[in-house]
Amino acid sequence: MVQDKPGVLNKLAGMVRRRGFNISSLTVAHSEQNNYSRMTFVVEGDEATINQVINQLYKIIEVVKVSDITKENVVIRELALIKVATTPTNRPEIFQLVEVFRSNILDVSSDSVIIEVTGDENKVDSLLAILEPFGIKEVMRTGRVGLIRGISNSI
Amino acid sequence: MKLTGAQIVCESLLLEGVDVVFGIPGGAILPLYQTMSSYPDLKHILTRHEEGASMAADGYARSTGKVGVCMATSGPGATNLVTGIATAQMDSVPMVAITGQVGRAALGKDAFQETDISGITLPITKHSYLVMKPEDIAPAIKEAFYIANTGRPGPVLIDIPKDVFTEETEFIYPETLDLPGYKPVIDGDQFQVEKANKLIAEAERPVILAGHGVIISRAYNELLELAEKAQIPVITTLLGRSSFPDAHILFAGMPGMHGMAYASLAIDEADLVIGLGMRFDDRITGNVDLFAPNAKIIHVDIDPAEIDKNVKTDVPIIGDLARVLRQINKIVKPKTHTKWLKRVEKLKIDHPSLRIRETDKLLPQQVVRDLCEITDGKSIVVTGVGQHQMWAAQHYAAKEPNLFLTSGGLGSMGYEVPAALGAQIGRPDKVVWSVAGDGGFQMTMSELATIVENNLPVKFAIFNNGYLGMVHQWQDIFYGKDYYATSYTGNPDFVKLAEAFGILGIRVTEKGQSLDAIRQAMDHDGPVVVDFVLAKEENVYPMIPAGQSTADLMEEKFDDMEVSKRGYIS
Repeated sequence: MVQDKPGVLNKLAGMVRRRGFNISSLTVAHSEQNNYSRMTFVVEGDEATINQVINQLYKIIEVVKVSDITKENVVIRELALIKVATTPTNRPEIFQLVEVFRSNILDVSSDSVIIEVTGDENKVDSLLAILEPFGIKEVMRTGRVGLIRGISNSI
Repeated sequence: MKLTGAQIVCESLLLEGVDVVFGIPGGAILPLYQTMSSYPDLKHILTRHEEGASMAADGYARSTGKVGVCMATSGPGATNLVTGIATAQMDSVPMVAITGQVGRAALGKDAFQETDISGITLPITKHSYLVMKPEDIAPAIKEAFYIANTGRPGPVLIDIPKDVFTEETEFIYPETLDLPGYKPVIDGDQFQVEKANKLIAEAERPVILAGHGVIISRAYNELLELAEKAQIPVITTLLGRSSFPDAHILFAGMPGMHGMAYASLAIDEADLVIGLGMRFDDRITGNVDLFAPNAKIIHVDIDPAEIDKNVKTDVPIIGDLARVLRQINKIVKPKTHTKWLKRVEKLKIDHPSLRIRETDKLLPQQVVRDLCEITDGKSIVVTGVGQHQMWAAQHYAAKEPNLFLTSGGLGSMGYEVPAALGAQIGRPDKVVWSVAGDGGFQMTMSELATIVENNLPVKFAIFNNGYLGMVHQWQDIFYGKDYYATSYTGNPDFVKLAEAFGILGIRVTEKGQSLDAIRQAMDHDGPVVVDFVLAKEENVYPMIPAGQSTADLMEEKFDDMEVSKRGYIS
């Protein structure tokens, strides 16, 4: 949880970069509380590294609360928009796959469709793998967002 | 009452107890300066370079414990502050830097003298503000002073566009702070304190490693009490010098790259290291895997991010050092470590790191000794960075707390001139000696004019060997004596230079002249530059090369010593 102030994302990204940590995914948007945003980001590293990341994050004045949710009982989701090349012949097959993955078709044009998929990282990766042979033209992924189940983790 | 943004800055600074600011005006900050002229209680020191302003604010802050304030205009004025701000960040010095910025309409347009100073200083400030509305000035200043001088102190930057200074708004100085993400822990966790006490009770060979935190937290008496009660030898870091009396029987030197060998060796043999307000810097630990190999570690620091950052800790305690030490002292049982203290004494005898060899030459180590003798260890010593800094740290035995100011973390050459200026303003009751290198002195010597202008009686001892001495030493030891780009063959005549500034200049070339020159400087009612023309080619020992351990310790050898141990320099 961070205060909604100009430059917070810059401070956070700068800290992570100069301390040599590696972010593989980052999302940020308004939270349930006014003037606060919730950030979810994925950092790879051992426990000592993660503890350092948490301690360094707390040194940023606007950072109010940091939770390492790796080992928590969490719901994690990611949204992806995938533009796939289509031909009149393979379109029904793609539509079927979309259904199997409980994803949606957002746009259909003469030679491509845009698919919206929500799920954990594996689900998005699997759909991408299956669509790969058809020709993926563009992908936009939001990165992972997560919340701990049950208890309130607000500030 | 409605005030302009500039008036709000001045009123807020006065409410924060500011009496002096260091800076240089320019276009974007001019509205503030024109307003300051009607605030005589805010004394302005006009430096010759903005780096002088930020480093003077640093020297003022370290010597007083108050927040140092510096100001500069946008663009080059602001970027010139940067080295001083970074110095303060690395050494946890409370500072507020106020910069003028181009007007709001011009922001982001690459306007004349525009630079993104809050962006540039992001990694070297504790916090920063770009104030876009006059009503945000007062809260920003209130928060900035609070953040700068609480928790682990550090610099805070406030960038204010020119037209925000001139716009009017209602002035209300906030009484409370709205900083939900900033709550420094003050008291140590009692459970951890008890665990620490248990380790102290069990230890047979404990050492205390005292750092800058002792000085920042003014924990001198608490440190003394713990050391004496549990009979623990005290080793200080570079920034911890003058946090514990050198003359005390329990004082066991400074460890690390150029520390006393016996201090590093005592840490090797210790079964408990108690790190107090320090951060296990690489100049102390060398190879962390070989640091204190036999010891458990208690680490007390106010910054949680320091715990386990460099060295794995057995008992971490987060809190204000003086308070945590009081918690520990309350429960710690008196102990004796006769055998261990004898062992440390033996290490001191076997490794006389502070011994100076007999010679007719003017040795830098002897000059520091002479300085210590004439000042009775009661002057404030401000150093630059390099060989002279290490000799000063080794041989200046301060008799009072907080008399040793040096750029330890960032290692900023040139610190010695402006920081001495700031320290003298902060402590007019003390004699301030700037122990300068000829290299560093030339980086900031323009501030001599500032010193003259403000009638500051700062004394300069230039350790002049015509070299960038420490780099020269590394070339000597690690780079096959390839002395590239470290020799100053065109140094000015420092005595004439001093005279050009209207300062008394004295030259010392012989060993026998040193004491008299220092005495003369002390007696002179005003600033003095003493140019010590030193024996060249002198290296700082002991030395543990970067990233190594006491196994690679290099020490000076003396003819009458029984030499069998490792790595003596012939």
